[in-house]
Amino acid sequence: MKIQRLGLVASVALVGSLALSACGSDNNASGSGSSDTASGSSSNASAADCGPDGGGTLNAEGSSAQKNAIEEAISSFQDKCSGTTVNYNPSGSGAGIKQFIAGQVDFAGSDSALKKTEKDGKIEADEAAKYCGSPAWNLPMVTGPIAVAYNVKGVDKLVLTPEVTANIFNGKITTWNDPAIAKVNSGVTLPSQPIKVFFRSDESGTTENFTKYLKAAAPNAWTAEPGKAWTGKGEGKQKSDGVAGAVKSTEGGITYAEWSYAKDNSLGIAQIDNGAGPVELTGDSVGKAVAAAKPDGEGNDLRLKLDYATKEAGAYPILLVTYEIVCSKGKDAKKAELTKAFLKHFASEETQKSLEEIGYAPLPAEVQAKVETAIGALS
Amino acid sequence: MSSNTVRMTDVAIVDEPRSTKPAGATDGPATADSGGSGGRRSPSPVFGHPARAREVKDHLARVVMWLAFLLALVPLVWILWTVLSQGYHLLLQSEWWTNSQKGITSRREGGGAVHAIQGTLIQGLTTAVISVPIGVMTAIYLVEYGRGKFAKAVSFMVDILTGIPSIVAGLFIYAVWVTTLGLQRVGFAVCLALVMLMVPVIVRSTEEMLKLVPNELREASYALGVPKWKTIMKVVLPTAFSGIVTGVLLGLARVMGETAPLLILGPYTKAIATDLFGGYMATLPTMINQDRSESLQPAVDRVWAAALTLILLVLLLNIAGRVVARFGSVRK
Amino acid sequence: MSTVTGVSVADTPGPDDRGPQGDRASTGRAGDRVFSGLATGSGALVIALVTLVGVFLLWQAIPAIADDKDNFFLSRAWDVNDTSNLRFGIVELLWTTVVASTIAMLIAVPVGVCVALFITQYSPRWLARPAASLVDLLAAVPSIIYGFWGIKTFGPKYQPFQDFLLDKLGWFPLFSKTSVSGTGTILFIGIVLAIMILPIVTALSREVFAQTPVAHKEGALALGATKWEMIRTAVLPFGRPGVISAAMLALGRALGETIAVTIIVSALAPGTKWSWSLLNGGETFASRIANNAQEFDSPAKTGAFIAAGLVLFVLTFVVNAIARIVIERRKAFTE
Repeated sequence: MKIQRLGLVASVALVGSLALSACGSDNNASGSGSSDTASGSSSNASAADCGPDGGGTLNAEGSSAQKNAIEEAISSFQDKCSGTTVNYNPSGSGAGIKQFIAGQVDFAGSDSALKKTEKDGKIEADEAAKYCGSPAWNLPMVTGPIAVAYNVKGVDKLVLTPEVTANIFNGKITTWNDPAIAKVNSGVTLPSQPIKVFFRSDESGTTENFTKYLKAAAPNAWTAEPGKAWTGKGEGKQKSDGVAGAVKSTEGGITYAEWSYAKDNSLGIAQIDNGAGPVELTGDSVGKAVAAAKPDGEGNDLRLKLDYATKEAGAYPILLVTYEIVCSKGKDAKKAELTKAFLKHFASEETQKSLEEIGYAPLPAEVQAKVETAIGALS
Repeated sequence: MSSNTVRMTDVAIVDEPRSTKPAGATDGPATADSGGSGGRRSPSPVFGHPARAREVKDHLARVVMWLAFLLALVPLVWILWTVLSQGYHLLLQSEWWTNSQKGITSRREGGGAVHAIQGTLIQGLTTAVISVPIGVMTAIYLVEYGRGKFAKAVSFMVDILTGIPSIVAGLFIYAVWVTTLGLQRVGFAVCLALVMLMVPVIVRSTEEMLKLVPNELREASYALGVPKWKTIMKVVLPTAFSGIVTGVLLGLARVMGETAPLLILGPYTKAIATDLFGGYMATLPTMINQDRSESLQPAVDRVWAAALTLILLVLLLNIAGRVVARFGSVRK
Repeated sequence: MSTVTGVSVADTPGPDDRGPQGDRASTGRAGDRVFSGLATGSGALVIALVTLVGVFLLWQAIPAIADDKDNFFLSRAWDVNDTSNLRFGIVELLWTTVVASTIAMLIAVPVGVCVALFITQYSPRWLARPAASLVDLLAAVPSIIYGFWGIKTFGPKYQPFQDFLLDKLGWFPLFSKTSVSGTGTILFIGIVLAIMILPIVTALSREVFAQTPVAHKEGALALGATKWEMIRTAVLPFGRPGVISAAMLALGRALGETIAVTIIVSALAPGTKWSWSLLNGGETFASRIANNAQEFDSPAKTGAFIAAGLVLFVLTFVVNAIARIVIERRKAFTE
């Protein structure tokens, strides 16, 4: 029976290694937090800021466009409130809303507010309200610019108008020294290189918002309906990292991606000229555009209406807004309390400011006040 | 060398005339030379080609084999080296083995992989616990009971199962678990998908091992009046035990590195989670998948480190399998 | 990995000196009946599982296929977001999947068999064991690592080779220029897949070659065969069924590979001109499913993707069935 003993040893070893790893720790707060940008005021958190006593776990799911922002907020929230865990699974807006309606998550992240129009015989907003037993609210939480990122040797400054952008991305303009580009870039020597357009091969809110911009600002040049799946030309890569990485390694490449990916890959970022002169992508220019956004919706159910075609001087027009979708009256008192605490932290001025460093823009003051009121009204 | 004696008698009779005809003088020294150095090069009635051509072919084959080996080695060593050199430094930090990624963002260093290691082991073990009985029993059926059309069908289906792409297994479990039953995506659903990938591996390996069990053992047992099922449980299985363990461990290794079903069924979490039936559970492949979508250095470092951890886990399992196989191989 | 020889006891008809099956030792006792019931049940479970997979995929896919406004088999479109106007077809997915897998097989099978022969027949003893262990380890390396390595490390080094092809062989339709730049091409995918399945082919073939009866080998040598002739006449014929089934297993992996392909390949924009070029991009069944799995938000849309999964399932089913028939044929001839 030597054999059996050996088998026993093997299984003991397996179980042992499992047990050994079972004493791991979730506590990373005191770790190498030096590069942590949003550690916040970790010591003086009052109980009210952290939801119910003893903490708890929140599960959320949805838009991948807000992944980096919400991770930052989660990180600082968990630092502040030990005992709490917030999971955010960036599986996509559609999945987030679906899971929310099915009661699988405590709140959902989405690139667009719940739809009030019928699709497949169902109205999203009504379905959500039915699950909640109370209206579901959309809370705009994260805004971020979408950069038009390019890689052309010797061109540090590139200006694009909506029409030119649309024509590049729908394949009508194919070389960098096309007269249409040269016209808006006087003084810049453009190479005769072919333009390589990269798009997101996975369905994404970034694609949706970018095409919404093209449709709104250049309706004649961009005729396809905005959507999560790409309808223009080019070459598809998976996720923001995929497109940004592809542009980095391809001379003559251009793509659209969240600001942080363009920055992290040190790509050139085009200035956008909506009609009031070229606007560089900076925190200020984004703030200006976001401030111009109009709050929409009834009562505490907030929506943010972006004016993509804005002609305001110095406002960067290609933006993305993502929402958190919550039940106005939570089903589970404890979870609701924790959700409220987390969202309050997320919407707070301090957290919002910390997002600027990683390529998002803080909510404009007016909107932020409204969001905070709405969060206060959650129960 | 064993052919030396054969050569002496055959050469002159059959091959000499043929080989000298085309090459003439140049061929002469070669045959003379081969006579001294070894019989393998010499012609024979069965393999009757000109000696020189055969020799060249043999050398050519040898060179081709060496080249193929070296060619194959390049990418394979390259991969291992890349993973090792890029990933080892995080593994040297104790934090990697004790902490989770909770609260760590992609632009922040630190944190560990313990949540993912644990999730991988838990899911792997659960998968094994479900797959082993099914796989072993199926193999027992095929070897000890199976006859006729039904057994053929089972054997064929095992082959099909071997070839099912993992993403199709994931889609299937999604269709059953989420779409039809309306349940949440949890660790256990992942295990079910992995079971589909692990069962065929176990069936095939167990089958091979059971076939190696000498029939005399069974017959001796029957002769003593032991019922068949007891014979299988007490005689056949223990004899094949080590081989079965090896197969199980190899199956586990394959299953633990599987990513595609997890994309569909197993959402990632950065916190330690041990509940298979509620909430999300992290695994090493999903951790790699999560962090690879970032271009920032801390995230990229973690990808390589997690990859190395996964390879090490697989390596450990392989070694365990080998040890069990060596010390308990079936005695004939 | 010694296990997949593709031949099971149940397949060997007639009396077999080792085959203990059907020895009628089973008595009518309760224990025996329960045990054989359990064993048979497990077998039935396996059959049921495979059948269920097929049925479930069909059940989910059929409504979507029925709603498809385009020809499911011939359309190149994939427009599934407007659920009242589904337009999708698989021809492009099929092309990319099959071509990439074929490239992978053309590279991996010959090289893999040669490496297996090298390890079992040619290699010096000190090299054989470590080499075999290395190959076995690599057979167990997860595909996501191959993909990540492919795009980050191998890709940049491979680029000049592809540029050279474009430059010198661009006139040839298979290497003509396309809208895809860089390493997101079918050819590159094929090469990475080849590297990925190479250890699988090698590991399994090695097991089979190692089992060649010594008598066969020595017999050939005794007749004066050179080493290569011995391999050709003794080792290869003996190992052929095993090599075939190893190749089929590898092909199954290549056809269904998800992550490595998703990371590397460039998707084509809708309406891109058709090209026969291997330097074109495209998506395989698996990568398209994986790319969109996150946005399965309506049954009709999900159904379209499951339909793609179904085709992939049928494809692997057919490949396996063919492999089995080939092996059986061979056996009939050799025995």
